[in-house]
Amino acid sequence: MSIEKLERRRFDTLVIGAGGGGLRSALQLAEADAHVAVVSKVFPTRSHTVAAQGGMNAALANVLPDNWHWHMYDTVKGSDYLGDQDAIEYMCRAASHLVYELEHQGVPFSRMDSGKIYQRPFGGQSQNFGGEQAARTCAAADRTGHAILHTLYQQNIRAKTHFFDEYFAVDLIKDKDGFILGALVLEIETGEPLLIEAKTTLLATGGAGQLFRTNTNAHINTGDGLAMALRAGLPLQDMEFFQFHPTGIAGKGMLITEGARGEGGYLVNKDGERFMERYAPHAKDLASRDVVSRAIATEVREGRGCGKNADHVMLKLDHLGRDVLYKRLPGICDMANTFMHIDPAEEAIPVFPTAHYTMGGIPTNRFGQVVVPVDQGEESIPGLYAVGECACVSVHGANRLGGNSLLDIVVFGRAAGNDIKKYLETNRHHRQVDEESVKQALAHLQRWDEGNDGGDGSESVSGLRAELQKTMENYCSVFRTEEVLQEGLDKVLQLEKRMKNVRITDYSKVFNTARIEAMELENLIDLAVATVKSALERKESRGAHSRIDYPERDDVSWLKHSLYFKEGYRMDYKPVTLKPVTVDSFPPKPRVY
Amino acid sequence: MLLPGNFELDESRLRWQCRRGMLELDLMLESFVEKRYSELPLKTKKAFHQLLNCQDQILLDYLMGQDVPTDKDVADVAKQVRAAAGPGS
Repeated sequence: MSIEKLERRRFDTLVIGAGGGGLRSALQLAEADAHVAVVSKVFPTRSHTVAAQGGMNAALANVLPDNWHWHMYDTVKGSDYLGDQDAIEYMCRAASHLVYELEHQGVPFSRMDSGKIYQRPFGGQSQNFGGEQAARTCAAADRTGHAILHTLYQQNIRAKTHFFDEYFAVDLIKDKDGFILGALVLEIETGEPLLIEAKTTLLATGGAGQLFRTNTNAHINTGDGLAMALRAGLPLQDMEFFQFHPTGIAGKGMLITEGARGEGGYLVNKDGERFMERYAPHAKDLASRDVVSRAIATEVREGRGCGKNADHVMLKLDHLGRDVLYKRLPGICDMANTFMHIDPAEEAIPVFPTAHYTMGGIPTNRFGQVVVPVDQGEESIPGLYAVGECACVSVHGANRLGGNSLLDIVVFGRAAGNDIKKYLETNRHHRQVDEESVKQALAHLQRWDEGNDGGDGSESVSGLRAELQKTMENYCSVFRTEEVLQEGLDKVLQLEKRMKNVRITDYSKVFNTARIEAMELENLIDLAVATVKSALERKESRGAHSRIDYPERDDVSWLKHSLYFKEGYRMDYKPVTLKPVTVDSFPPKPRVY
Repeated sequence: MLLPGNFELDESRLRWQCRRGMLELDLMLESFVEKRYSELPLKTKKAFHQLLNCQDQILLDYLMGQDVPTDKDVADVAKQVRAAAGPGS
């Protein structure tokens, strides 16, 4: 495809990603009569937001007393003080309004007999700044994400948002003054590239759980938007913070809820030893998530893992008895039956820590603008926005609280939409597209054309991806030391080099998913380097980043955000915003629950 | 999305329709297409396509046996997909 023949379309705003964040922004803009395009690599309602079951936090005080300021305190504390307090205040203040707005748009929130929205208690929620348990999570039964996603999609159809379904975003288009002017995308069905020129571009591509072999994420979560930002010369923030859950089904990734251990289930190693007694003599199997995760990883590393590859431990539930098990934990029994052909009433379930949520991402401010450090401050990239799991605003800091991710996407999706509206008022015309940037994006795409790819062709996409995921699991999951991370960095840099030898076997145009998977792998490799490098450099333990060789949080040296740049694998840092918008700051304190 | 009546899709197009918003669905659908799809009679392929056009959460209910599709052929293929999932998938 030559640049002259390239098809071009123009929009006011290009939204890349059709999960809750992208669709909430798109709706805000389409309702303001902006000409909006949403690009999604899968059909929009198949975005990963659909999998969010828990709910959305807002201090409605329908079940127990509550207050947005208490919610803010819990979120700051949960973030292990790495969250930016201006953004957290903004999010917690906006939450109630956004829940009612979603309700009016059609989300069927579960209700109490009084007719008010029901709210359930979740971990990390408190009344009165660390007091009694709060009940803050609004849910539409166990399918809140599904309800929000479908509602926002229908609202966008009504508002005449233009959807490009099954288009893959290749690269951002940037001009010499640093403006982002849209993106080169690929129509998966035809294999034809399309240049979408836009006055503003919003990245809402979700997280990167596919970095790890065992993860809870859909296969689409390959961090495409994060890698596009890196290739455009932008940094990624706080990539060392990845939330893990201790008990995922080994080799599969699906979560087995803490409820299983709450009901009396316990973990054993290959010798049948109940090893949590050694790591947490009092709490044992009910110790906090990070302690249990690290204990499992340690057992496996020290050769006490189960199975032919000694790569997992076992969760025993059989002693609870069939009746209790199938009555109290039916979902887990179903999952074990379906995916492992195991009856938990008779056999233990193989488990391993599973990667769940990307706290890091593209640095933004609370208006959704992508920001980069300049001298002592920072400035926004004109025309570029990011929201949701691919962004780092940062409301989750070092650790996300349950119920805050759906809130994050709707609050900042709307905020970005509002800011884009203002931007469009003062930037009424399309800027001239930089053809050199288009050529570079086309060259990236053509890397996977016949004759251009693959050095000696000695590597395959699936082989390299499996090795990458295994490497990340072994060297950058929950067991982190200088030595382990350094070895991990060497290994992912080797994989980065080996990417040059990847050749695909299918060069057809129509639905060539081999080419898409190759580009997804390129994205994952860039993000793996970002993650390991950021983890290696942060010499403290904070939230989800737990260093065995630096077990304490170090606010003197490390109360700051990491920034990773692809060029030269360079790190930089910027201060955490400790000053909220209107209230007093919550100064760092030990995080004790 | 799959268009009604378009049953003889090439494999990569079909595989892309198995990319969903939930890991459970990815694992079950991708494994089924890889191991079983090509041997299915046309009628079952048609039912599988109908199944793929369901919303993710509803599809999950069908495949986990928590709900049953009203169409008998679709219900039957949902059972087959579930049965094909397992440790090796």
